[in-house]
Amino acid sequence: MTTDAVSTFEDSLAALEVDSVRTSADGFEDALSETVVEPAVGAPLPFDDLTLDGTTVETDPSPADLDAARTGVTAARMAIADTGSIAIRSTAAFDEPISLFAERHVAVLDADDVVEDVAAAFDQLGPWLADDRASAIVATGPSATADMGELVLGAHGPREVCVVIVDR
Amino acid sequence: MSADRDATAAHIRRLLRDEGPAVSENAGGFNRKRRAAVADLDDYDELTREARAIKEDAIERLPELLSELEASVEANGGTLYVADDAADANAYVADLVGADDTVVKSKSMTTEELDLNDALEDVGAEVFETDLGEFVIQVADESPSHIVGPAMHRSEEWIADLFAEEFEDRFDGDPPRTAQELTQFAREYLGEQIREADVGITGANFLIAESGTMALVTNEGNARKCAVTPDTHVAVTGVEKILPTVSDLRPFAELIARSATGQTLPGYLSLLTPPVETPTIDFEGDAVGSDDREFHLVLIDNGRLAMREDDDLRETLYCIRCGACANVCANFQQVGGHAFGGETYSGGIATGWETGVHGIDSAAEFNDLCTGCTRCIDACPVNIDIPRINTVVRDRINRGADPDGFDFLVEGLTPDNEPGGLPLDKRLFGNIETLARAGSALAPVSNWLADSRAVRFVLDRAVGIDRRRDLPTFQRRTLRAWAADREGLNSSETDREAVLYPDVYTNHVNVERGKAAVRTLEALGVAVTVPDVGESGRAPLSQGMVETARSNARSTADVLLDHVDAGRDVVVIEPSDLAAFRRDYADLLATDEDADRLAANSYDVLEYVYGLLENGAESAVLSGADDADGIAYHGHCQARTLGVDRYATAVLERLDYDVLTSTVECCGMAGSFGYKSAYYELSVAVGEDLVAEFTTDDATGRTVVASGTSCLDQLDELLHRDPVHPIELIAPTRAE
Ligand code: SF4
Repeated sequence: MTTDAVSTFEDSLAALEVDSVRTSADGFEDALSETVVEPAVGAPLPFDDLTLDGTTVETDPSPADLDAARTGVTAARMAIADTGSIAIRSTAAFDEPISLFAERHVAVLDADDVVEDVAAAFDQLGPWLADDRASAIVATGPSATADMGELVLGAHGPREVCVVIVDR
Repeated sequence: MSADRDATAAHIRRLLRDEGPAVSENAGGFNRKRRAAVADLDDYDELTREARAIKEDAIERLPELLSELEASVEANGGTLYVADDAADANAYVADLVGADDTVVKSKSMTTEELDLNDALEDVGAEVFETDLGEFVIQVADESPSHIVGPAMHRSEEWIADLFAEEFEDRFDGDPPRTAQELTQFAREYLGEQIREADVGITGANFLIAESGTMALVTNEGNARKCAVTPDTHVAVTGVEKILPTVSDLRPFAELIARSATGQTLPGYLSLLTPPVETPTIDFEGDAVGSDDREFHLVLIDNGRLAMREDDDLRETLYCIRCGACANVCANFQQVGGHAFGGETYSGGIATGWETGVHGIDSAAEFNDLCTGCTRCIDACPVNIDIPRINTVVRDRINRGADPDGFDFLVEGLTPDNEPGGLPLDKRLFGNIETLARAGSALAPVSNWLADSRAVRFVLDRAVGIDRRRDLPTFQRRTLRAWAADREGLNSSETDREAVLYPDVYTNHVNVERGKAAVRTLEALGVAVTVPDVGESGRAPLSQGMVETARSNARSTADVLLDHVDAGRDVVVIEPSDLAAFRRDYADLLATDEDADRLAANSYDVLEYVYGLLENGAESAVLSGADDADGIAYHGHCQARTLGVDRYATAVLERLDYDVLTSTVECCGMAGSFGYKSAYYELSVAVGEDLVAEFTTDDATGRTVVASGTSCLDQLDELLHRDPVHPIELIAPTRAE
């Protein structure tokens, strides 16, 4: 995607109080280690030149690991520039719960996967859902509630979200 | 009758005190955020039209979509069950749940409609609501007060006290107090239940026929946990939620969170195509579960298919339950869903839902709280004419009512087409023109009577007209009589002609206002006739007297259309009558052609003045401001929905007034509503919000201006600052 879309996306994230870092593939491991609070669990990344192997992130977590983790690392398979949203696909490697249970979610995003707006996002979601019969979460900002009074971040899901945007 | 009214008034009084403040803050806050979020979206109107069209098509094709969805769900490995009614649905779900099972639920109004929790507890299961708002009302054993924020009637402090008592042994003398601490506690407590749960139950906001996908709209993340952690997932929702394709979901995805809470997108838009790929997680055994998941989609009819066949209720099925119609509603903001709601649903659209799923008696309990102010029409993301549904249901309630002992009092007076048993207050206000005619003919005696304590006592007890309200003062000489005797600007002297519609109030009560309008239009070069024409139908319509409204509309349209054919424009002072011509007549008149023609040729009086000035008329003939006089302007609710309130502001500014406009949605008077003793205090409470805006430092010294009789009456009574209609303010000073 255009640099424009990525910088719009970064602005949208900032408005949602979501952190982001931008890195090259070479710098990925360093960028990741700066965003992860241990203990961390993760789902293997679907990008051929990026991996969590060799990092401190546990990619084959037991339920107890998941429960104890302070950070969950997953891929974001798409992002929406206008809204600061990221899409997480459900996988057999627990992407969905890993992005949800820990208080901090670190999403790894290929800069090429940023689309401009919701309409463009649906162009992608169509085949995911209708053809692959997959499941996906479009997450916008951290988990939140105002049910107990003022707005509180970190209801049932993560209180903090950080997106690592990788130029590959 | 009078005892019922007293009970209603007492119930409302209690809610105004106990629940109103929290509801007002929360619903008012959502409403402000919605307005901002919607204004932010360039193609908002286009999106709402798209969403509406998709819903219309989907409900039309429901049987076909239902079988397509069933095929998709089954191909994916799940089961779809269509339940006829609550008992059927509850039995099906209870069968999936074992006696000692822990069930975790995410928020679902549909399961509230079914009373599913009771049914599950009856088979021995333990049920936990995991949405934090639902959790609060489950612990407090209350019912939801709002379809999106079920606990919005409760404050942080109240919840803290509740938890401190209910979970005392968990706190070791140090219970959570702040929103942050309360949320943290609920997260941990419910997290334990989710980890142990055997069955997760969710609702579904939308279902996609082509893929078997369900869309869940949440902010907290609990629905994701409920759907994915246990190995059995049951989704319960209404049959009306089906959309054909994934791409049809897009406008709804863009609209729903904006309309509900003012967010651009919900925190989590979960698009689950179950059974999901995520393996189950067995926290207790610390084992990664299997991929052997069970998924049941339970769709309930419970009256919906009959609603689909009902021309007046069908629109309700397009509702996406965003709650905007409740948040925007001035009455709702004061009392919340425990007054403005039925067994399950609340807010304006609840009348449609309750009538359809629980029956008309449930709707009858609160239907009168809709004043027909129409602000919700603007707020609804699928353009549902919510007031129309309320009117139709009111008509059905009227027709089902038992004749009342006092009917003889007004029956002889009232030439309506309504059945015996229609409540007296409705009959009286619905026939306001007959009353006004008698009032003018008998003035000033009628006015002395209206001031008599004895008469007011009888009106209060027998008819329900609150003694604390001033009644209108009828003028002996009506506007029509004045105009007929007068030599005005002749049509041969000008090329623009108009008729000024003499609504009941202008003709009989606010005659000076009518004269000001005539003088203004003539000064701007328009020949004005005040035609001999009756009530528009708006008054009976507001009381749910649809047949009477239809017949008034027919006669009024006949007269006005003759004038239109003769090349005259129709100029209207009362915004509610303009709303009748521009919107209600589409339903009330036999042909669309007539309705369209009248709609296209009728104008709000300030809109008309604005047009004349834009076309070169000389503004110097009007009374402009000296030295930027300050105005505090409240636009009538109907004028705002029609989008014409802005012309008053534009004209006033053009005449150099310095205009401050109110932001509240409605003055609370809303025609007859504020006169009714059951609702007097509610009406005043709504009005106080407007008063607060007009008594700030900046507003206090300003002239109060409002564009409807109701608003002017309410402001006069609450503010005592001699409010005026904009036309009276700008009219040329009297030459005669
Ligand atoms: S009627 Fe419209 S505004 Fe009200 S809840 Fe339904 S969709 Fe929202």
